[in-house]
Amino acid sequence: MAGHSNYVPQSAAAKWLESRLPVISLVRGSFVDFPTPKNLNYWWTFGGILFFVLIAQIITGIVLVMHYTASTTAAFASVEHIMRDVNFGWLMRYLHANGASMFFIAVFIHMFRGMYYGSYKAPREISWILGVVIFLIMMATAFMGYVLPWGQMSFWGATVITNLFSALPLVGEPIVNWLWGGFAVDNPTLNRFFSLHYLLPFMIFGVVLLHVWAFHTSGNSNPTGINPKTKQDTIPFHPYYTVKDLFAIVVFMIFFAYFVFYIPNFLGHADNYIEANPLVTPTHIVPEWYFLPFYAILRAVPDKLGGVILMFGSIAVLFVLPWLDTSKVRSGTYRPLFKQFFWIFAAVCVGLGYLGAMPAEGIYVTLARILTAYYFAHFLIILPLLGFLEKPKALPASISEAVLAGSGGGQPAGAVSAPETK
Amino acid sequence: MAQQDTVEPTRRDFLYIATGAMGAVGVGALAWPFIHQMNPDASALALASIEVDVSSIEEGQSIKVMWRGKPVFIRYRTEKEVGEAKEVPIADLPDPMARNLNLGPDADASDVNRGVKDNEALIVMVGVCTHLGCIPLGEAGDFGGWFCPCHGSHYDTAGRIRKGPAPENLMIPPFEFISDEVIRIG
Repeated sequence: MAGHSNYVPQSAAAKWLESRLPVISLVRGSFVDFPTPKNLNYWWTFGGILFFVLIAQIITGIVLVMHYTASTTAAFASVEHIMRDVNFGWLMRYLHANGASMFFIAVFIHMFRGMYYGSYKAPREISWILGVVIFLIMMATAFMGYVLPWGQMSFWGATVITNLFSALPLVGEPIVNWLWGGFAVDNPTLNRFFSLHYLLPFMIFGVVLLHVWAFHTSGNSNPTGINPKTKQDTIPFHPYYTVKDLFAIVVFMIFFAYFVFYIPNFLGHADNYIEANPLVTPTHIVPEWYFLPFYAILRAVPDKLGGVILMFGSIAVLFVLPWLDTSKVRSGTYRPLFKQFFWIFAAVCVGLGYLGAMPAEGIYVTLARILTAYYFAHFLIILPLLGFLEKPKALPASISEAVLAGSGGGQPAGAVSAPETK
Repeated sequence: MAQQDTVEPTRRDFLYIATGAMGAVGVGALAWPFIHQMNPDASALALASIEVDVSSIEEGQSIKVMWRGKPVFIRYRTEKEVGEAKEVPIADLPDPMARNLNLGPDADASDVNRGVKDNEALIVMVGVCTHLGCIPLGEAGDFGGWFCPCHGSHYDTAGRIRKGPAPENLMIPPFEFISDEVIRIG
């Protein structure tokens, strides 16, 4: 990373610092002078958007902790206290709660972008795997955060999800009691979830640095999937991508603000405004929307252990994705068959999300089974076979050529190629 | 056979392995308090038994009491419900075991083994679905017993799983009559 810097310290103070801790050239090499493919489209801005959302979540979260009480007797009331009494408490809480959803919207787009353009393929496997690790920690963080307001959905969501571990033979029951710190979800559970919910975002931050380090070592992928060959194929990160990412972040903030100010409870569930009651289960339990596809897979299997295994398997399969895709061509732009299967797969994921929100009966169960089977078939059958069966289109000779031809990865000519034609 | 190129272990090798082993034991011993602190604590274990007066429950009525943070269903079943439960052959049950902690682990799931001893119409069960821990609704479902709304498990009038994803019958907690009217659960 630092190797990309052409920074030469000028002032005496900078020279003094650089010879002791080369932090200026590290930052310059990573985020200023870093040579970035010049054809990155707007799908590539979601990395920057995610970084922004992570920081926003940490800041609003630190503020909320100043007013929240982690205790089964006081948690629900303290959240209402934040909403009614604390100055701008309503804003902090709505930003934080909707921020979680924004985080998942952005991460899903980011992941599908990686899948479409083959960003996970050599030499970027480690970056992809670290991304899946981040996704897993994000899910744990979001789940524990949802428990903290101690509403009905908090309580029963926590009960159902922790009970997943009881499916394990022999060790299941002791593990669940260990997670709970008792014989049911109760005060010890709430307190430990609060502790971990505060810890995990900082772990995400750490893994994000590794994630960026990994693809800054290999270089960014790009919409053509071919490596930059000459200096003409890249541009410095700053100002070109700092400005592009910033613009995308501002547009994303408008979308975010619409939810926060106009429909702050649209993505939540009304039952979570009822205080947790260990004696009554709500008639229709649904997780937050971002867990629905995985929840649909869990419920599709009539066997308890089998459902749990498939649900975790649906994420575990992502770890080995770089080795399941046998095609030598990275970008979906040049893979006519893959492109179609990609969109079918995306539709299947959305379909599973829909089915996860429906009651587990009748036609919904049958459909969930079909889509679950397809989900796994995509990774385990279709992707390995496509590499052999598909005839990819001819790749451009270089990124510059693709940009000048107006096909810099499926983007229309004009904006992308404008700096070159001038 | 007579090759001499393998060097005899030296005292240094022994010290190296012994130090490493001692270190591993130390790390394990230090890790255990950090793991065990998350297990149920003394106050959670102290709540392990409760006493309930069951004399006022009429036929066809149920009550719910809290035991270890979980609901316990106590139901005085109607004759029809007991009759239905008795008719089911054990071979038709997804879980053929009684799951009654007052009996041995081999007891079968016949209605006699599910109901209270010498008072079969009364049934005492932990009201937690054996699938993922939701509370089933009473007098509901395809078998007129309990129905779990979370993932659609149907239990019959003896609390035995009949349909849906739950793997086991509702658990019967350890309990005893400490007088004619009062039972102690736990």
